[in-house]
Amino acid sequence: MSLPDILFYVFAALTLLCGVLVIANPFSRNPVTSAMFLVLTIISMAGLFVLLHAFFLAAVQILVYAGAVMVLFLFVIMLLDLKDEERRRIKKFSLIGGLVSVGSIVTIFVKSILAAQPGANLSAPMLEGETAALGKLLFTQYLLPFEVVSVLLLVAMVGVILLSKKDLK
Amino acid sequence: MDWLNNLSATQQFAIFTAVKILAAFAILMTMVAYIVLVERRVCAFMQDRLGPNRVGPFGLLQPVADGVKSFFKEEFTPAHVRKIYFILAPAIALMPAILNLAVIPFGSQIGRQPMVLANLNVGILYTFGIVSLGVYSIVLAGYAANSKYPFLGGIRSSAQMISYEISMGMSVIPVFLLVGSLNLNDVIGYQTHGLFSWLVFKQPLAFAIFLGAAFAETNRTPFDLPEAEQELAGGYNIEYSSIKFALFFMGEYANMILASAMMVTLFFGGWTLPWFGLDQTATTLLGGIAHIAIFLAKVFLFLLGFIWVRWMWPRFRYDQLMDLGWRRFLPLALANIVVTAVILWLRS
Repeated sequence: MSLPDILFYVFAALTLLCGVLVIANPFSRNPVTSAMFLVLTIISMAGLFVLLHAFFLAAVQILVYAGAVMVLFLFVIMLLDLKDEERRRIKKFSLIGGLVSVGSIVTIFVKSILAAQPGANLSAPMLEGETAALGKLLFTQYLLPFEVVSVLLLVAMVGVILLSKKDLK
Repeated sequence: MDWLNNLSATQQFAIFTAVKILAAFAILMTMVAYIVLVERRVCAFMQDRLGPNRVGPFGLLQPVADGVKSFFKEEFTPAHVRKIYFILAPAIALMPAILNLAVIPFGSQIGRQPMVLANLNVGILYTFGIVSLGVYSIVLAGYAANSKYPFLGGIRSSAQMISYEISMGMSVIPVFLLVGSLNLNDVIGYQTHGLFSWLVFKQPLAFAIFLGAAFAETNRTPFDLPEAEQELAGGYNIEYSSIKFALFFMGEYANMILASAMMVTLFFGGWTLPWFGLDQTATTLLGGIAHIAIFLAKVFLFLLGFIWVRWMWPRFRYDQLMDLGWRRFLPLALANIVVTAVILWLRS
């Protein structure tokens, strides 16, 4: 086994382990601990991206998710008093509902991955971590989805401003 | 040196990289120790005092004494803190600065070894990614302390650092529009055509915004609200003592050094000087060492600037801080991107 292989298993195991600890930590039900494990999950996923030579994605993953989104999460968690959350029992209904939805998503993923035949007919990666190539693809071939996503973000932003305003005029 | 030539390329790479990592780390730590002394001496000079001048000649052994002192002080853990985070927060305080050291080109080359630890093609994005993780140590320290003032400091710093990170990221985009690459070596290569090819002359606005944001990101005066002594009694680090406190302290100075190194690399030509052919890759040992010296000298000038500002200026109020970040820096940075892009488009 070469070094990248070993690193792949290390990062994959870390991602899965930390991911499980986010939602089902047997030692602590502290929301801050969950958030910190989510940060670790994101960082180890960035490690997987690096192994795929997607350096740009890895850097952006850490910059946007670990560095900005999760800090805001922490910010909100710390401001809210979540003592109740630590004591809350898991309800049967939400447990079953959660398991069913996770199960159906896993089925969809497994089916589509098997249909794509992993390993067979793999073409060389088009991007190779080149930021310029990624930018060109985003602004030519995938321009419409890119713009739609940015409109979605704009909608979310307008929604937040609406919600945070007390009196609407 | 015979055995060195007999090794395989991978082994040579591993050995040279290990040596470079050790050297860079040692230089960073020495600089951290001595910049504290410089800060105290400069501040004393500005206030018409002498400063620490008793330990060794000119007080040069003061950092050693400080280090020994902080190790031997009683390490007190208050009863009400959250233990794990209380230990974790100072442990990760130094990490962002050390990780960022990996992509800073601190010289051209010595022998055939390039003087950069990792020549990433997304160097600048890596830097910003790591810098954005720097906020965790302060936020977690505030949370771990489990009391009011540290908590306020933590909350303040998370809002402050996210706000200024955006301006900081936006301010360097024009630089990369000009250079056409995210690699820090290419940025330096772009600045080797005379003094006025330095990006500070081509993008003065970008530099001004980056400088302001760098002060905010390193929590230095006038943006030191997370630890504002007068309001928060020290902010996020109140509950810390001994070497744990010293780690936060060292983290602040290490971040300052790395921010200076980034500014030198991005806007002031890195290890180059436009005279005496010092802007070309060194071919001799002496030239290689001269480049490292030039780089360190430039970084030191920036550090003096950081220190000077701290003892000259009062602190911003919190609303002024947010106003400056979101309503001045961000629109200016965005306008700068658009103007630069349009000029480049018209020229092409």
